[in-house]
Amino acid sequence: MATPLKTRISAPRSNDNVVNGIKYNRSNSKRNNFEMLAWLFMRVSGVILVVLIFGHLFVNLMMGEGVHRIDFGFVGGKWANPFWQVWDAVLLWLAMLHGTNGIRTIIMDYAEKDSTRFWLKLILFLAAAFVLLVGTLVIFTFSPCPTGSPAELLPSFCPAP
Amino acid sequence: MASTAANTAPKSDFEAREPESKVSIASENGEGENGIKSYDVTVQIRRYNPEISEEAHWDEFKVQMFGTDRVLDVLHKVKWEIDGSLSFRRSCAHGICGSDAMRINGRNRLACKTLLKDLDLSKPITVEPIKGLPCEKDLIVDMEPFFQAYREVMPFLVNDSHEPERERYQSQADRARFDDTTKCILCAACTSSCPVFWTDGQYFGPAAIVNAHRFIFDSRDDAGDMRLEILNDKEGVWRCRTTFNCTEACPRGIEITKAIAEVKQAILARSF
Repeated sequence: MATPLKTRISAPRSNDNVVNGIKYNRSNSKRNNFEMLAWLFMRVSGVILVVLIFGHLFVNLMMGEGVHRIDFGFVGGKWANPFWQVWDAVLLWLAMLHGTNGIRTIIMDYAEKDSTRFWLKLILFLAAAFVLLVGTLVIFTFSPCPTGSPAELLPSFCPAP
Repeated sequence: MASTAANTAPKSDFEAREPESKVSIASENGEGENGIKSYDVTVQIRRYNPEISEEAHWDEFKVQMFGTDRVLDVLHKVKWEIDGSLSFRRSCAHGICGSDAMRINGRNRLACKTLLKDLDLSKPITVEPIKGLPCEKDLIVDMEPFFQAYREVMPFLVNDSHEPERERYQSQADRARFDDTTKCILCAACTSSCPVFWTDGQYFGPAAIVNAHRFIFDSRDDAGDMRLEILNDKEGVWRCRTTFNCTEACPRGIEITKAIAEVKQAILARSF
């Protein structure tokens, strides 16, 4: 199974076979491991996401008074802790990349024309990049008591300016 | 023929010319072929003839069949006695040549291996060409894209060692490693049942991967790496979504989805 014969033989490749306007040219020279890594990422991120999501749900909805204590202050308190910042950032990135790749897969499977595929994927990637950027920015720069804001706009727990 | 005809619908002129095709099978209670149940079967066949119309349509036929008959016998009866223009492929008619894969009641089957007694005959039986390959006429599709993918995985033994004077030895365990995938008859029932293949036909498809598997895991073959590289393609094994349509469609009972998963694992093992 492992003898490097590539230098002497090459895999048979058909020229473009066109039937009813459809080109059956699945083999091109641009081979890389992207699809393999994407496939692997879906499995690995899926397992990690199960832990992250159920941890997130348990901490937010079950512990203490449960869902009733969630308010602006609760979120602010969580993001004051680097542990939850990292947790939420990892959750955001894995969920977004996992979901984006899933939709990319659906686009590949259901869009029939290459141009449709291109535009749908472009919209998808732009949307994903936007959410990732804004999400990451919020998680790491969130400040519940911004200095210089009028006192009536600040939550009650902020120290008086 | 005479005893068969006694049970059938009014004798047509064609009947006399129909070749003897039924073997006399004794039924369970010891009766001869007269004891075999006969029933009326309605079959709806997807017809397409580009010389007449670009539109495909359904034709309905009512025929009287026997309990031992298969869907292929229905098609024969229609073609030989009712409408000679009906076109379909079949060669051996015994589940080995893989010519008569078609979509029967919405599932890919071999017409020659689908017994009428296993179908719900209270409703019409629908027969369509397999999907995802260009239809040429009625139930005949252009298999070239399918065979192109098959050729591209190099479905032949590649061995670089000295030509042996006798057969190449292989242990029973090594032979058993790929036994399941040797059963493929290239009928295209799996590939044309795959929703990923339906989209644009670019995916290599289950059948090509099964036949690559047959050589990748053959201890006598040396080109496994090349085949894994071919299948590590944008249109290769990673497009498999494990919907198991192929495994369900395979008339030889090959565990196709499992074979594809094994190829995926082999590609991963070789990369890390």
